[in-house]
Amino acid sequence: MTSSPSNASARRARIMAVTSGKGGVGKTFVAANLAAALTRRGERVLVLDADLGLANLDVVLNLYPKITLHDVFTGKAELNDAILPAPGGFSVLLAGSGLVEYSRLTAEVRDQLLGIIDKLAPRFDRILLDTGAGISDVVLFAVSLADDVMVVATPEPTSLTDAYATIKVLATQQQRRMIKLAVNQISRSGEGRAIRAQLQQVVDRYVSNGTDTPLKLELVGEIPTDPSVREAVQRRQLLLETIPGCPAATAIGVIADKLAE
Amino acid sequence: MSAQAASEPKPAPTLRLQAALQLLAQAGQSLPGDAPQGSLRWLQAVIDGLCDLSSRDALTGLSNRRQFELAIAREIDRVARAGEPALVLMVDIDHFKRVNDTHGHAAGDEVIKAVGQALQDCVRPMDTVARFGGEEFAIILPNCPPAFGQTVAERIRLKVQRRPVPVSSGAEVAVTISIGGAFAPQWVRSSAPLWIERADQQLYRAKSEGRNRACLEQPTVSLVSAEEKSLLFGTSQFQDIE
Repeated sequence: MTSSPSNASARRARIMAVTSGKGGVGKTFVAANLAAALTRRGERVLVLDADLGLANLDVVLNLYPKITLHDVFTGKAELNDAILPAPGGFSVLLAGSGLVEYSRLTAEVRDQLLGIIDKLAPRFDRILLDTGAGISDVVLFAVSLADDVMVVATPEPTSLTDAYATIKVLATQQQRRMIKLAVNQISRSGEGRAIRAQLQQVVDRYVSNGTDTPLKLELVGEIPTDPSVREAVQRRQLLLETIPGCPAATAIGVIADKLAE
Repeated sequence: MSAQAASEPKPAPTLRLQAALQLLAQAGQSLPGDAPQGSLRWLQAVIDGLCDLSSRDALTGLSNRRQFELAIAREIDRVARAGEPALVLMVDIDHFKRVNDTHGHAAGDEVIKAVGQALQDCVRPMDTVARFGGEEFAIILPNCPPAFGQTVAERIRLKVQRRPVPVSSGAEVAVTISIGGAFAPQWVRSSAPLWIERADQQLYRAKSEGRNRACLEQPTVSLVSAEEKSLLFGTSQFQDIE
């Protein structure tokens, strides 16, 4: 069932949680397009709806899955049947709205998620966990399984506050010492850098203060406000497929390069 | 079947209220005398009375388990959204079986009532004190900063300890309580059972460490203060930091 310690040496996917405090900052958009960009760089990528039914992955990718994680959890389907090919050449595992009932953490949900990630990890190079808006204890648990965490934020005050709260929770409750930051919808070059610096200063003063191991925020990319994004989202297509050369698509490519380093 | 039902004359709409009125009378709830029986205002008073009855514990008059579940669900949603701190305390009367065995069950009831009253007396109006079951109580304290948690719990513990309960036999029963507490996970959409479980673990610790004490889980502070928020945006203020 679950992989035995003897295959621990086998290749396992690097797991990255993509999260944000506030909803509507483009987190799922970034996750999906980043998956496509990583796929183009030769990685086998899977995106998992880790908020169990509260993420919008199906909407962004224009998918209407017949079999979802819900069916896997309830024993009606095999995990393999729930893994779907997405437009960008990567794979997705959707929760299905029936899973909203699992959006509260129980021992059963914990075991199910662990088992599923254990089965997926040897088969992919990278797994992106799309976590939906806000933090739930399901999300916190999913994030605790991830090697990396990427917080997506926009320069808006509400987004920054919620991103900061998320970072603080991850630092205090999970002892994270490195969190990646992607700033979406910037209006001038360098805005992402300035935001990272601001967040880092408040983190240094209020989160890392008094600890031996300070939390470092790493800016992995800044994505400009770009009318092409709106167009792609409305057509429910991947930006990287529809309008590949646009500034936002290029910026996402830069993030993929940085992650693949 | 349906055709037959349709052809029969409709019975006059009457409400069976006898059981409800008996319950209200037994609980000492009075209905407005100036509203005619069966009027809308009178019916509303009946409904309000029943709602009140079904949210209270019969012995202590505190919130009952049902009302507690509603309150804690509301609180955990608020904490998830606003990131405000909130504390839940689980309270258990020490060696309650001994009270029952020595003084009788009626005295046991009086002790439960007195402890419930003492708990109610030392919290704020916004707090919810509930009888959780048997000799166990639960208190929800919204907006309780982590730094105050232990102080509040100690105050409650001392209040009970300093107030021996006079029972009908004429005796005074000395009562102590053990308290376990846990703060809600801030910013996190969680569930009430997980939160209560954490407070219960602390109650267990208080019992095993000798009773008549309050044990609180060490809170992980994830509160975002107004100062932190202002620093996130006030670019000009950043020059002052270093």
